[in-house]
Amino acid sequence: MQIAARHLDKITIFDISGDIDLATSPQLRKALLRELRELKMPRVVLNLGAVRYIDSSGVASLVEGLKASRDVGSRLILFGLNKTVREVLQLSKLVRIFEIYDNEEQSVAT
Amino acid sequence: MLCVVRNALGELAAKLGFPEPDCRAVVLAVDEALTNIIRHAYLGDAERPIEASFRRIQVARDGKSAEALEILLEDRGVTVNQEKMCGRALEDVRPGGLGLHFIRESMDTVEFSRKWGRNQLRLVKFLHTNGPRKGS
Repeated sequence: MQIAARHLDKITIFDISGDIDLATSPQLRKALLRELRELKMPRVVLNLGAVRYIDSSGVASLVEGLKASRDVGSRLILFGLNKTVREVLQLSKLVRIFEIYDNEEQSVAT
Repeated sequence: MLCVVRNALGELAAKLGFPEPDCRAVVLAVDEALTNIIRHAYLGDAERPIEASFRRIQVARDGKSAEALEILLEDRGVTVNQEKMCGRALEDVRPGGLGLHFIRESMDTVEFSRKWGRNQLRLVKFLHTNGPRKGS
């Protein structure tokens, strides 16, 4: 998994690619919690368009990020979900709790 | 190593004729099962051995014989606490506890057992297709 960060005003955008699994999800969790808890960014946006696979540990990292965002009063937004990622989130029944958009423009503008 | 297993299993499922969503389901279930073994049976040690076997079987289903993929995963880790293997309520929004739910949702049969000092997980996925078989 690769994570690249971009900054747009007070928005952090993470471009994530590859597989989010047992081995790589701690890296995602750490990046999310740093941005939300330490840097207190008002909005963190995850571009998941190039994510090939996500497992339950990856979903758990997203949930932890979402909880951290609620704790500090910021927003965690997902966009670019492909079929694989969407299926796993739907299977978890957690897809409804996330703020999800189709593209980056919507994610930073809304 | 998990990504190697995922890639190989995805190819195997496709060759056996599983449609794409079922290939993804089988890959997810096995990946989650291996993750659970590493985490719970081997207490986080990813270097311990896990034996995996895959075979095409015939199963009786709705009074007919149907094809299925049977997957057996065996480890020599600590005894799995069956009470802890019940998953959790999905209404409880928190990280963790989703793996077993994914396995149960993805496969048609999920059976745990403990034999000769080993944990065994048996997974079965029925082959739902009317099209020609892609491989043999």
